[in-house]
Amino acid sequence: MTTVIKSPPLVETKHLTKRFGNFVALSDVSIRFTPGSFHALLGENGAGKSTLVKAIMGYHVAEEGSLIVDGIERSIDNPKQAQKLGLGMVYQHFTLVPSMTVAENLVLSEERVPQIVNWREKRAAIEKFMAGMPFKLALDRPISSLAAGEKQKLEILKQLYIGSRFLILDEPTSVLTPSEADEVLSFMKEMTLAGKISVVLISHKLREVDTYASDVSVLRQGRLVGGGKVKDMSRADMVSLMIGRESVSQPAARTASGQDKVMLEIRDFGVMNDRGVPAVRDVALSVSASEIVGIAGVSGNGQTEFVEALAGQRELTGGGIEVAGERYDRSRACKRRLGVHILPEVPLRNACVGAMSVADNLALRNFDQAPFASGFVVRKDAIRKQAEDLIRQFGIKTRGPDTPIKALSGGNVQRAVLARELSAKVNVLVVQNPCFGLDLHAVSEIRNRIVNARNEGAAVLLISEDLDEILELSDRILVMAEGRIVHETPRATADVNIIGRYMASHHD
Amino acid sequence: MQEAGDLGWWGVAIAVIGGAFRVSTPYIFVSLGEVITEKSGRVNLGLEGILVMGAMSAFAVAVMTGSPWLGVLAAGIAGALLGAVHAAISNLPRVNDIAVGIALFIFGIGLAFFLGKPFTPVAGPILPHISLGAWSAFPQVRNALEINALFILGLVVAGLVYWGLKNTRWGLMLRVCGDSSDAALAMGLNVNYVRTVATMVGGFLAGIGGSFLSLYYPGGWNEGLSSGQGLMAIALVIFARWNPIYCVYASLLFGAATALGPALQTAGINENYYLYGAAPYFLTLALLIYSSSPDRLLAGAPAEVSISK
Repeated sequence: MTTVIKSPPLVETKHLTKRFGNFVALSDVSIRFTPGSFHALLGENGAGKSTLVKAIMGYHVAEEGSLIVDGIERSIDNPKQAQKLGLGMVYQHFTLVPSMTVAENLVLSEERVPQIVNWREKRAAIEKFMAGMPFKLALDRPISSLAAGEKQKLEILKQLYIGSRFLILDEPTSVLTPSEADEVLSFMKEMTLAGKISVVLISHKLREVDTYASDVSVLRQGRLVGGGKVKDMSRADMVSLMIGRESVSQPAARTASGQDKVMLEIRDFGVMNDRGVPAVRDVALSVSASEIVGIAGVSGNGQTEFVEALAGQRELTGGGIEVAGERYDRSRACKRRLGVHILPEVPLRNACVGAMSVADNLALRNFDQAPFASGFVVRKDAIRKQAEDLIRQFGIKTRGPDTPIKALSGGNVQRAVLARELSAKVNVLVVQNPCFGLDLHAVSEIRNRIVNARNEGAAVLLISEDLDEILELSDRILVMAEGRIVHETPRATADVNIIGRYMASHHD
Repeated sequence: MQEAGDLGWWGVAIAVIGGAFRVSTPYIFVSLGEVITEKSGRVNLGLEGILVMGAMSAFAVAVMTGSPWLGVLAAGIAGALLGAVHAAISNLPRVNDIAVGIALFIFGIGLAFFLGKPFTPVAGPILPHISLGAWSAFPQVRNALEINALFILGLVVAGLVYWGLKNTRWGLMLRVCGDSSDAALAMGLNVNYVRTVATMVGGFLAGIGGSFLSLYYPGGWNEGLSSGQGLMAIALVIFARWNPIYCVYASLLFGAATALGPALQTAGINENYYLYGAAPYFLTLALLIYSSSPDRLLAGAPAEVSISK
């Protein structure tokens, strides 16, 4: 463990340019990260934020430009070198080893793990280190038992433990509850104000940038398009820098909801997870026609198992589902007859066959019906025609109907699956994290389609980890925590703080 | 047998216990080897081939040098070399370690049969044992408590592996590679290198397991020496939840199951001999069914191992 307390380094990029083939991911970017600053990097997906920090950390080597640390030009070829200079990164996906304990993970992060680990000494050192930190974690807990927020905290502790003084956080709050996010970011801010570390925060949440960052730099299409002190900029300034002159379509208007007609009814629903532990317990809810019911919750609280069970991918341990008064047995025939449509999370993995063409994927629900099939023969021309129509109608960006769907960008896969699911009569639409990782244009378009489906009479069940999305779209909001519905509120009276408190609730 | 009659059913129990010590020895080594390999994130299904190759090389070297311990060493080296072959091929991109393992399984057996031909009719030296049963008047008890040296070595190795996985730099690195190759890469570990070493160490131990078959009573090399211990040890690792200490227990259980048929025979029960002989295979099937489930993942399984994905 590095015990020498060094001050955070001054890090500057000068004219950094990084190309991938013909694509310019980063173009002439010069930013100065002063010691002790809390510097936000804003930008849409693909704006070059990740490329920039990866170039700083040595994952990418920039073609042009230089990196200057404490006044000395450095060429960093790998993360280990960055580490030696006190630069550390907290990743969006966790790099903790799931079956190992908190203490083992901390020891493993050391630059040189001793040949034989003297656990008594190590534990004493780690406990001493933890005593000075605001988050407490039991050293013997395996990572797989930690909640997402605890893992995120441990990732940060790990960086501090190995002596990083320049911390890059890549969208750290996407898996946290609002109060956890505040806790983590306030702590980081305190540390920067005390001059102990510098923080670079990659985010697209303006609230976080506003509240915690001291400086901001905005990237768009690989270029630095603006920035400065956060106190000198308004949110509107930041948004217009992020998205340029293009306008984002307005949220779709809502028609009155048909509260009287219950379309989806779920009773005493129970599901196990992969480890044979109940993941969803005693869930009962109903959704009316022309209503969006949003289920908020921190990732990993049973949402995925819940959606998988609705889709028929996972056995129920109890309870039943009715759609428009009829028993829904989750079979393909039943889904078709009752008009049940599902857009699961990560649709490329869960609702597509990646190597098959866009046209075939668009026909997955109806290829065995007329006019797409006659007897045993599938009619390729009809399937292709349908694909061309849907591609045009939904604005799916693909080289053509024959391109394998896995070659499409995330937003276009989402569009394609939504096109497939919305092209027939929709009684029930279940969507999970529909806008995760999409840029602002795709987000507003997909949200509008969901609201339109509702306006046309569908009962929509929206399961999302993005609380803002839930608040924007839902007529009624439920909170799922540890597999149970713990809170219900109409949107009109929804309070973010109360919802956040329920999201973090524990039963046991 | 006259003496068995004196002890009645106790004779069967004692014979089963004695058999468990003897028969479990190759299981212990092969399963410990597989634990090390799987903890690194690879499955080596070729251990049966390595076991047979180990048996052959051990016997050949022991006959040529007159020292059974040099034979054990040779078996380990032969196993490590075959492990290196497995690792080298599996290191190539888009190669499936299961398929490589099956190929190695067949290759190892074939190679051993080919090279072993001249040694089939030869008698060779035998590994020593320690008698713990001198206090007893019954020859069956004395017989059962003749603990072979490799069994004791196996217990020591199991303890070392258990301790090493928790307390050494190597053990921790191994588990990182087996659990999350992303985390391993982020740490700057060379995942393929770690897995290569782990597969070689696994092969070394499996080879030693093989040496027991040809160097312990009655000794000698023939083509029917192994009866699938190398394959069953892989099932045993799953049953033991990748824990080296549980591997020893599970090996003893398998050993006892294998010893059941011969033990009943010594007690004069000859009916259904082949049925009792199939006990370990029934046990393998039963354990695999017991430990599997459509909606549960195995607790303790290294996440990178392709059988647990």
